[in-house]
Amino acid sequence: MTRSVIELIPDAEDRRVAHHTAAAILLTVAEAAIPLPLPGVKPGLANIVTLVVLARWGWREAAWVSLLRVLASSLLLGQFLAPGFFLSLAGALASLLMLAGAARLPGKWFGPVSHSILAAFAHIGAQVLLARLWLVPHDGVFYLVPLFGAAAVLFGLVNGLAAAALLRELRRLEAAEGAADRG
Amino acid sequence: MRLSGAWRGLLRPGDWGVVALGIVLCVHAGFWLWRGGAPDGAIVRAGGRVFAEADLSRPRRIEAPGPLGLTVIEIEPGRARVASDPGPRQYCVRQGWLTRAGAVAICAPNEVTLMLTGRGGEYDSLSY
Repeated sequence: MTRSVIELIPDAEDRRVAHHTAAAILLTVAEAAIPLPLPGVKPGLANIVTLVVLARWGWREAAWVSLLRVLASSLLLGQFLAPGFFLSLAGALASLLMLAGAARLPGKWFGPVSHSILAAFAHIGAQVLLARLWLVPHDGVFYLVPLFGAAAVLFGLVNGLAAAALLRELRRLEAAEGAADRG
Repeated sequence: MRLSGAWRGLLRPGDWGVVALGIVLCVHAGFWLWRGGAPDGAIVRAGGRVFAEADLSRPRRIEAPGPLGLTVIEIEPGRARVASDPGPRQYCVRQGWLTRAGAVAICAPNEVTLMLTGRGGEYDSLSY
Protein backbone atom coordinates (compact mmCIF):
# COMPACT_ATOMS: atom_id res chain seq x y z
CA MET A 1 0.00 0.00 0.00
CA THR A 2 1.38 3.30 -0.98
CA ARG A 3 0.84 6.16 1.31
CA SER A 4 -0.31 9.18 -0.52
CA VAL A 5 0.34 12.53 0.97
CA ILE A 6 -1.60 15.50 -0.18
CA GLU A 7 0.22 18.61 0.69
CA LEU A 8 -1.48 21.95 0.25
CA ILE A 9 0.98 24.72 -0.08
CA PRO A 10 -0.63 28.07 0.61
CA ASP A 11 0.58 30.79 -1.68
CA ALA A 12 0.82 34.47 -0.88
CA GLU A 13 -2.79 35.07 -1.87
CA ASP A 14 -4.04 32.32 0.43
CA ARG A 15 -2.14 33.83 3.31
CA ARG A 16 -3.53 37.27 2.61
CA VAL A 17 -7.08 35.90 2.45
CA ALA A 18 -6.55 34.09 5.75
CA HIS A 19 -5.14 37.20 7.36
CA HIS A 20 -7.95 39.44 6.23
CA THR A 21 -10.63 36.88 7.01
CA ALA A 22 -9.29 36.54 10.55
CA ALA A 23 -9.56 40.30 11.02
CA ALA A 24 -13.09 40.28 9.62
CA ILE A 25 -14.16 37.40 11.88
CA LEU A 26 -12.78 39.25 14.88
CA LEU A 27 -14.86 42.32 14.02
CA THR A 28 -18.02 40.25 13.50
CA VAL A 29 -17.65 38.45 16.83
CA ALA A 30 -16.86 41.70 18.65
CA GLU A 31 -19.88 43.32 17.05
CA ALA A 32 -22.15 40.48 18.17
CA ALA A 33 -21.52 41.60 21.75
CA ILE A 34 -23.04 45.04 21.09
CA PRO A 35 -26.75 45.16 21.98
CA LEU A 36 -28.78 46.46 19.06
CA PRO A 37 -32.07 48.33 19.23
CA LEU A 38 -33.64 46.67 16.21
CA PRO A 39 -33.12 43.16 14.85
CA GLY A 40 -31.23 43.33 11.61
CA VAL A 41 -29.61 46.71 12.15
CA LYS A 42 -25.88 46.14 12.61
CA PRO A 43 -22.87 48.31 11.85
CA GLY A 44 -21.28 45.50 9.82
CA LEU A 45 -17.76 46.49 10.77
CA ALA A 46 -16.32 43.40 9.08
CA ASN A 47 -17.15 45.03 5.78
CA ILE A 48 -14.37 47.54 6.40
CA VAL A 49 -12.00 44.63 5.77
CA THR A 50 -13.88 43.63 2.62
CA LEU A 51 -13.62 47.20 1.31
CA VAL A 52 -9.90 47.42 2.02
CA VAL A 53 -9.26 44.07 0.33
CA LEU A 54 -11.39 45.14 -2.64
CA ALA A 55 -9.40 48.34 -3.08
CA ARG A 56 -5.98 46.72 -2.67
CA TRP A 57 -6.34 43.18 -4.01
CA GLY A 58 -9.42 43.15 -6.17
CA TRP A 59 -12.88 41.69 -6.18
CA ARG A 60 -11.97 38.01 -6.17
CA GLU A 61 -10.08 38.22 -2.91
CA ALA A 62 -12.75 40.43 -1.39
CA ALA A 63 -15.33 37.77 -2.24
CA TRP A 64 -13.21 35.07 -0.58
CA VAL A 65 -12.79 37.16 2.57
CA SER A 66 -16.45 38.11 2.75
CA LEU A 67 -17.85 34.60 2.25
CA LEU A 68 -15.31 32.86 4.47
CA ARG A 69 -16.05 35.43 7.15
CA VAL A 70 -19.82 34.71 6.95
CA LEU A 71 -19.18 30.98 7.22
CA ALA A 72 -16.59 31.06 10.00
CA SER A 73 -18.30 33.68 12.17
CA SER A 74 -21.61 31.81 11.93
CA LEU A 75 -19.82 28.69 13.23
CA LEU A 76 -18.28 30.69 16.07
CA LEU A 77 -21.57 32.33 17.02
CA GLY A 78 -23.61 29.12 16.73
CA GLN A 79 -25.63 30.54 13.86
CA PHE A 80 -24.54 28.15 11.13
CA LEU A 81 -27.56 27.15 8.98
CA ALA A 82 -29.87 29.15 11.28
CA PRO A 83 -31.98 31.89 9.69
CA GLY A 84 -29.40 34.49 10.66
CA PHE A 85 -26.76 32.66 8.64
CA PHE A 86 -28.85 32.67 5.47
CA LEU A 87 -29.67 36.35 5.96
CA SER A 88 -25.96 37.11 6.32
CA LEU A 89 -25.13 35.01 3.30
CA ALA A 90 -27.81 36.65 1.15
CA GLY A 91 -26.59 40.07 2.25
CA ALA A 92 -22.96 39.21 1.55
CA LEU A 93 -23.72 37.78 -1.90
CA ALA A 94 -25.81 40.81 -2.88
CA SER A 95 -23.12 43.16 -1.57
CA LEU A 96 -20.45 41.37 -3.57
CA LEU A 97 -22.52 41.57 -6.75
CA MET A 98 -23.01 45.29 -6.13
CA LEU A 99 -19.30 45.74 -5.42
CA ALA A 100 -18.41 43.99 -8.68
CA GLY A 101 -20.27 46.79 -10.43
CA ALA A 102 -19.29 49.60 -8.05
CA ALA A 103 -15.58 48.79 -8.38
CA ARG A 104 -15.85 49.71 -12.06
CA LEU A 105 -17.00 53.25 -11.26
CA PRO A 106 -14.33 55.86 -12.01
CA GLY A 107 -12.00 55.86 -9.00
CA LYS A 108 -11.37 59.57 -9.28
CA TRP A 109 -14.97 60.24 -8.31
CA PHE A 110 -16.11 57.25 -6.30
CA GLY A 111 -14.10 55.85 -3.41
CA PRO A 112 -14.63 53.35 -0.60
CA VAL A 113 -17.49 55.43 0.82
CA SER A 114 -19.53 54.98 -2.36
CA HIS A 115 -18.68 51.28 -2.49
CA SER A 116 -19.68 50.92 1.13
CA ILE A 117 -23.05 52.66 0.87
CA LEU A 118 -24.00 50.93 -2.37
CA ALA A 119 -23.08 47.55 -0.91
CA ALA A 120 -25.02 48.33 2.27
CA PHE A 121 -28.15 49.02 0.21
CA ALA A 122 -27.67 45.78 -1.74
CA HIS A 123 -27.22 44.03 1.59
CA ILE A 124 -30.46 45.23 3.16
CA GLY A 125 -32.31 44.77 -0.13
CA ALA A 126 -31.43 41.10 -0.31
CA GLN A 127 -32.11 40.57 3.38
CA VAL A 128 -35.51 42.22 3.35
CA LEU A 129 -36.45 40.26 0.24
CA LEU A 130 -35.33 36.95 1.74
CA ALA A 131 -37.06 37.76 5.02
CA ARG A 132 -40.28 38.58 3.19
CA LEU A 133 -40.17 35.43 1.04
CA TRP A 134 -39.11 33.04 3.74
CA LEU A 135 -39.34 34.24 7.35
CA VAL A 136 -42.11 36.84 7.53
CA PRO A 137 -44.83 36.05 5.00
CA HIS A 138 -46.38 39.47 5.40
CA ASP A 139 -45.74 42.89 3.88
CA GLY A 140 -45.07 44.20 7.40
CA VAL A 141 -41.30 43.78 6.87
CA PHE A 142 -41.38 46.55 4.31
CA TYR A 143 -42.39 48.97 7.07
CA LEU A 144 -38.84 48.71 8.37
CA VAL A 145 -37.26 49.48 5.00
CA PRO A 146 -36.82 53.23 5.66
CA LEU A 147 -35.07 52.44 8.97
CA PHE A 148 -32.85 49.85 7.32
CA GLY A 149 -32.11 52.37 4.57
CA ALA A 150 -31.12 55.02 7.11
CA ALA A 151 -28.87 52.47 8.81
CA ALA A 152 -27.35 51.60 5.43
CA VAL A 153 -26.48 55.24 4.76
CA LEU A 154 -25.12 55.84 8.26
CA PHE A 155 -23.10 52.64 8.70
CA GLY A 156 -22.15 52.59 5.03
CA LEU A 157 -20.68 56.06 5.46
CA VAL A 158 -18.89 55.19 8.71
CA ASN A 159 -17.45 51.93 7.36
CA GLY A 160 -16.48 53.57 4.09
CA LEU A 161 -14.66 56.36 5.93
CA ALA A 162 -12.87 53.81 8.11
CA ALA A 163 -11.82 51.85 5.03
CA ALA A 164 -10.64 55.00 3.27
CA ALA A 165 -8.63 56.05 6.36
CA LEU A 166 -7.06 52.58 6.60
CA LEU A 167 -6.17 52.61 2.91
CA ARG A 168 -4.54 56.01 3.27
CA GLU A 169 -2.58 54.77 6.29
CA LEU A 170 -1.46 51.64 4.40
CA ARG A 171 -0.31 53.74 1.46
CA ARG A 172 1.65 55.96 3.82
CA LEU A 173 3.30 52.94 5.47
CA GLU A 174 4.20 51.42 2.12
CA ALA A 175 5.66 54.70 0.93
CA ALA A 176 7.76 54.89 4.11
CA GLU A 177 8.90 51.29 3.64
CA GLY A 178 9.76 51.91 0.02
CA ALA A 179 11.77 54.95 1.00
CA ALA A 180 13.57 52.95 3.71
CA ASP A 181 14.40 50.19 1.20
CA ARG A 182 15.82 52.66 -1.26
CA GLY A 183 17.73 54.57 1.40
CA MET B 1 -10.63 71.65 12.55
CA ARG B 2 -7.62 69.80 11.18
CA LEU B 3 -9.20 66.48 12.03
CA SER B 4 -12.47 67.19 10.23
CA GLY B 5 -10.47 68.42 7.26
CA ALA B 6 -8.55 65.15 7.23
CA TRP B 7 -11.80 63.18 7.27
CA ARG B 8 -13.23 65.25 4.46
CA GLY B 9 -10.26 64.27 2.33
CA LEU B 10 -11.44 60.68 2.47
CA LEU B 11 -14.62 61.49 0.56
CA ARG B 12 -14.37 61.83 -3.20
CA PRO B 13 -16.79 64.11 -5.08
CA GLY B 14 -19.05 61.26 -6.22
CA ASP B 15 -19.23 59.91 -2.67
CA TRP B 16 -21.20 62.98 -1.61
CA GLY B 17 -23.63 62.22 -4.40
CA VAL B 18 -24.04 58.63 -3.23
CA VAL B 19 -24.65 59.80 0.35
CA ALA B 20 -27.25 62.31 -0.85
CA LEU B 21 -28.89 59.69 -3.07
CA GLY B 22 -29.08 57.28 -0.12
CA ILE B 23 -30.74 59.89 2.08
CA VAL B 24 -33.23 60.82 -0.64
CA LEU B 25 -34.04 57.13 -1.11
CA CYS B 26 -34.70 56.70 2.62
CA VAL B 27 -36.92 59.76 2.89
CA HIS B 28 -38.81 58.70 -0.21
CA ALA B 29 -39.27 55.17 1.14
CA GLY B 30 -40.44 56.65 4.44
CA PHE B 31 -43.08 58.79 2.78
CA TRP B 32 -44.18 55.99 0.54
CA LEU B 33 -44.37 53.26 3.16
CA TRP B 34 -45.41 55.20 6.23
CA ARG B 35 -48.22 57.43 4.99
CA GLY B 36 -50.54 55.98 7.57
CA GLY B 37 -54.16 55.55 6.74
CA ALA B 38 -54.03 56.32 3.05
CA PRO B 39 -56.92 54.45 1.47
CA ASP B 40 -56.41 52.18 -1.51
CA GLY B 41 -59.91 51.01 -2.26
CA ALA B 42 -63.63 51.49 -1.61
CA ILE B 43 -66.32 48.94 -0.82
CA VAL B 44 -69.97 49.74 -1.47
CA ARG B 45 -72.52 47.59 0.30
CA ALA B 46 -76.24 47.54 -0.42
CA GLY B 47 -78.62 45.69 1.87
CA GLY B 48 -75.63 44.24 3.71
CA ARG B 49 -74.12 42.63 0.61
CA VAL B 50 -71.05 43.87 -1.21
CA PHE B 51 -72.43 45.69 -4.23
CA ALA B 52 -69.21 47.02 -5.71
CA GLU B 53 -65.51 47.22 -4.98
CA ALA B 54 -63.37 49.88 -6.58
CA ASP B 55 -59.78 50.99 -6.34
CA LEU B 56 -59.19 54.67 -5.77
CA SER B 57 -56.88 55.16 -8.72
CA ARG B 58 -59.34 56.62 -11.21
CA PRO B 59 -62.63 58.53 -11.05
CA ARG B 60 -65.80 56.50 -11.22
CA ARG B 61 -69.50 56.68 -10.32
CA ILE B 62 -71.36 53.83 -8.72
CA GLU B 63 -75.14 53.72 -8.40
CA ALA B 64 -76.28 51.42 -5.65
CA PRO B 65 -79.98 50.53 -5.45
CA GLY B 66 -81.81 50.41 -2.11
CA PRO B 67 -85.41 50.33 -0.85
CA LEU B 68 -85.79 54.11 -1.37
CA GLY B 69 -84.00 54.47 -4.69
CA LEU B 70 -80.50 54.98 -6.01
CA THR B 71 -77.56 56.08 -3.87
CA VAL B 72 -74.83 57.60 -6.02
CA ILE B 73 -71.25 57.05 -4.93
CA GLU B 74 -68.53 59.18 -6.47
CA ILE B 75 -64.94 57.96 -6.51
CA GLU B 76 -61.89 60.05 -7.26
CA PRO B 77 -58.20 59.25 -6.93
CA GLY B 78 -57.55 58.88 -3.19
CA ARG B 79 -61.08 59.71 -2.00
CA ALA B 80 -64.75 58.83 -2.28
CA ARG B 81 -68.11 60.26 -1.21
CA VAL B 82 -71.81 59.72 -1.34
CA ALA B 83 -72.87 62.21 -3.99
CA SER B 84 -76.58 61.78 -3.53
CA ASP B 85 -78.95 59.63 -1.54
CA PRO B 86 -82.73 59.41 -1.36
CA GLY B 87 -82.68 59.24 2.47
CA PRO B 88 -84.53 61.93 4.48
CA ARG B 89 -81.67 63.27 6.65
CA GLN B 90 -78.74 63.10 4.22
CA TYR B 91 -76.18 62.29 6.91
CA CYS B 92 -74.06 60.20 4.56
CA VAL B 93 -74.05 62.90 1.88
CA ARG B 94 -73.14 65.63 4.34
CA GLN B 95 -70.15 63.64 5.54
CA GLY B 96 -68.46 64.78 2.35
CA TRP B 97 -65.31 63.24 0.96
CA LEU B 98 -63.88 60.25 2.80
CA THR B 99 -60.09 60.28 2.63
CA ARG B 100 -58.80 57.83 5.25
CA ALA B 101 -58.64 54.07 5.39
CA GLY B 102 -61.45 52.75 7.56
CA ALA B 103 -63.73 55.75 6.99
CA VAL B 104 -67.39 54.79 6.51
CA ALA B 105 -70.43 56.67 5.26
CA ILE B 106 -73.70 54.96 6.17
CA CYS B 107 -76.92 55.77 4.38
CA ALA B 108 -79.10 53.82 6.78
CA PRO B 109 -82.55 54.45 5.29
CA ASN B 110 -81.45 53.24 1.87
CA GLU B 111 -79.28 50.48 3.37
CA VAL B 112 -76.16 51.54 1.47
CA THR B 113 -72.69 51.97 2.99
CA LEU B 114 -69.46 53.24 1.55
CA MET B 115 -66.22 52.19 3.21
CA LEU B 116 -62.60 52.94 2.38
CA THR B 117 -60.08 50.16 2.74
CA GLY B 118 -56.35 50.32 3.15
CA ARG B 119 -53.58 48.94 5.27
CA GLY B 120 -52.04 50.82 8.13
CA GLY B 121 -55.24 52.63 8.97
CA GLU B 122 -55.43 54.08 12.44
CA TYR B 123 -59.03 52.95 12.85
CA ASP B 124 -60.99 49.84 12.03
CA SER B 125 -63.97 52.00 11.28
CA LEU B 126 -64.51 55.72 11.24
CA SER B 127 -67.81 57.54 10.93
CA TYR B 128 -69.12 60.94 11.86
